[in-house]
Amino acid sequence: MAELNPLRWWRSLLAAPNTSPLKTLVVALMVALVCAVVVSVTAVTLRPLQQANLAAERQARMQEMLANLPGVEDLISGAGGGSLDVVLVDLDTGEPVENMDPATFDQRAAAADPATSREIPEEADIARLERRSNFAPVIAVRRAGELALLVLPVHGAGYESQLYGYLAIEGDLNTIAALTFYEHGETPGIGARIADPEWEQLWPGTEIADAEGNLRVEVVRGRATEPYQVAGLTGATRTSTGVSNLVRFWLGEYGFGPFLERLKSGEIKL
Amino acid sequence: MIEIFVSSILSENLVLSAFLGMCTYLAISKRLDTALGLGIAVVAVQTVTVPLNHLIHVFVLEPGALAWAGLPDVDLGFLELISFIGVIAASVQILEMVLDRYVPALYRALGIFLPLITVNCAILGGSLFMVERNYDFAESVVYGVSSGLGWALAIAALAAIRERLRYSDMPKSLQGLGMTFLVTGLMSMGFSAFAGLNTP
Amino acid sequence: MRRYYDLVLRPLIDENPITLQILGICSALAVTTSVSTALTMSVAVTVTVVLSSAAVSLIRNHIPPSIRMIVQITIVASLVIVIDQFLKAYAFEMSKQLSIYVFLIVTNCMVMGRIEAFAMRNPVGPSVLDALGNSLGYSLVLLIVGSIRELFGTGNLLGYSVFPTVADGGWFEPLSLMLLAPSAFFIIGVLIWLIRALRPAQIEEPDFALVAEHEEARS
Repeated sequence: MAELNPLRWWRSLLAAPNTSPLKTLVVALMVALVCAVVVSVTAVTLRPLQQANLAAERQARMQEMLANLPGVEDLISGAGGGSLDVVLVDLDTGEPVENMDPATFDQRAAAADPATSREIPEEADIARLERRSNFAPVIAVRRAGELALLVLPVHGAGYESQLYGYLAIEGDLNTIAALTFYEHGETPGIGARIADPEWEQLWPGTEIADAEGNLRVEVVRGRATEPYQVAGLTGATRTSTGVSNLVRFWLGEYGFGPFLERLKSGEIKL
Repeated sequence: MIEIFVSSILSENLVLSAFLGMCTYLAISKRLDTALGLGIAVVAVQTVTVPLNHLIHVFVLEPGALAWAGLPDVDLGFLELISFIGVIAASVQILEMVLDRYVPALYRALGIFLPLITVNCAILGGSLFMVERNYDFAESVVYGVSSGLGWALAIAALAAIRERLRYSDMPKSLQGLGMTFLVTGLMSMGFSAFAGLNTP
Repeated sequence: MRRYYDLVLRPLIDENPITLQILGICSALAVTTSVSTALTMSVAVTVTVVLSSAAVSLIRNHIPPSIRMIVQITIVASLVIVIDQFLKAYAFEMSKQLSIYVFLIVTNCMVMGRIEAFAMRNPVGPSVLDALGNSLGYSLVLLIVGSIRELFGTGNLLGYSVFPTVADGGWFEPLSLMLLAPSAFFIIGVLIWLIRALRPAQIEEPDFALVAEHEEARS
């Protein structure tokens, strides 16, 4: 009569008073088990979709930004893989890295791993990153054999979240072609306007450094009066400052500064 | 860190800017003494849970957090919610037992409000904000204390105002909850002025 | 049958969770800057409270009192995590806008409130109806507040331009206050005022009556 036992045991458990310790334990365990199974199954099944969403969005942002620039649409549609080049750069030395595959490189994971990242000294950490990956991918867009656009991944602290975006620089390496954010957690309607076209269109044409080579680009409160300035978002000062700091950080000595120096001097060619 | 401390109390007040903990805030603000008691309890719970949740986030739940155990590829992020809630429920339970043993007067005064803190969105919200803003341990402690203080300040202020409002003449339909909302809106506007505060 | 209609319809105005029971307020204020976020949140809360009411009601006779709260929270939290996973997979843009407020559904007093007050003592059918009714009441308030805030804050409804803004060459100057925290408080305050004017039964009587002391002296 072994087959009756589990059923009888189940029935006697259900009939037991709710205060019995055994019942408490069994109920607790069963609830935990059922919930755990439901949650885990959902998470694991939906993960590929979620990753695909994130990747698709990153791609879309990139395409969108590049497609909005004059001449680049022809470039993309005409040449596909040829004129778009992804290069991994060692941020400290400014040299391209040969033996790693830029397509599979995960900059965020690298920033978290102490073996592939470094701490940023507090005075220089204006974007509040704390750690920075040693390597970063850059996208070089070429037109007629010449470098037309350099796209740099940038990120930094906004008002209440990390802002992730791309900074596109023109071939002269001193003019910003575009700045777009593909991920952020800023307040909708306030800080989140950094991803609105109205603000994004303020960036093309902004100059980075002055004639002496000093880093001048910044986001200012109120109106922009000089070619290095971009007017910040009203009501979202902290977010605007965050954007200013992260742009200045990544164009500075702990960001892509060394790499850009080498490019300008002709030491490396893209 | 001073900036976190000041902003959590003034310009990023959990109640008045982020709308967290509203239900208890509106329901328990009729009298100043109960409001103060609840506020103190919230500060205590918040101070304990935010740093604790930070440790759990960093050492167990973050993507790559289990590297110290030899499992760098495991991402348990989806368990964050339930583990935070578990920590909060346990902390409240422990706080209840501690108060009952060492400060029984306070325990009796708080009564049912103590277990209610478990489902106060401000507590969970504090931990979730801590994760989103990537605070380290020291910052988590400061944030825990200050966000709790901010909530306590808001509810104490509202209770004081509501006690005064008892003597005013207002449309019957606005009495009680309606007026409370309008007053809170005005408080929120006032507190948002602190956003321009420059901290050293 | 009448009873079932009551369960669903009463929480719409007469016993609305937000304007009368003081439940579920946090999200009503935070995610109502636009109709689409309000709508998504309403759906998420409805699914959560209906399914968790059903689940709790199913096992209500066997939950030991010492772990009652934690069992309820576990069920609700699991459902919320599942909903969040679905949002991240199928409605990615929306999940970014809602960010932590989806997780805060766990501590949404309305969910816990209805489970404690109703699902713990009633069979599955009525519990589901009660959950549905309260979610409808909750969604109604959210949609009203969301519409007002989006319409007067941006001139759009669901992203479609209704009042052409000055920036687009129209006549409407958006009221940015509508996108900020205080406006939600004001709108709900006025909404409560309106409901209680229409339903005097909901008016709160003052705890203490004021006694005129100096009337005799004056006369």
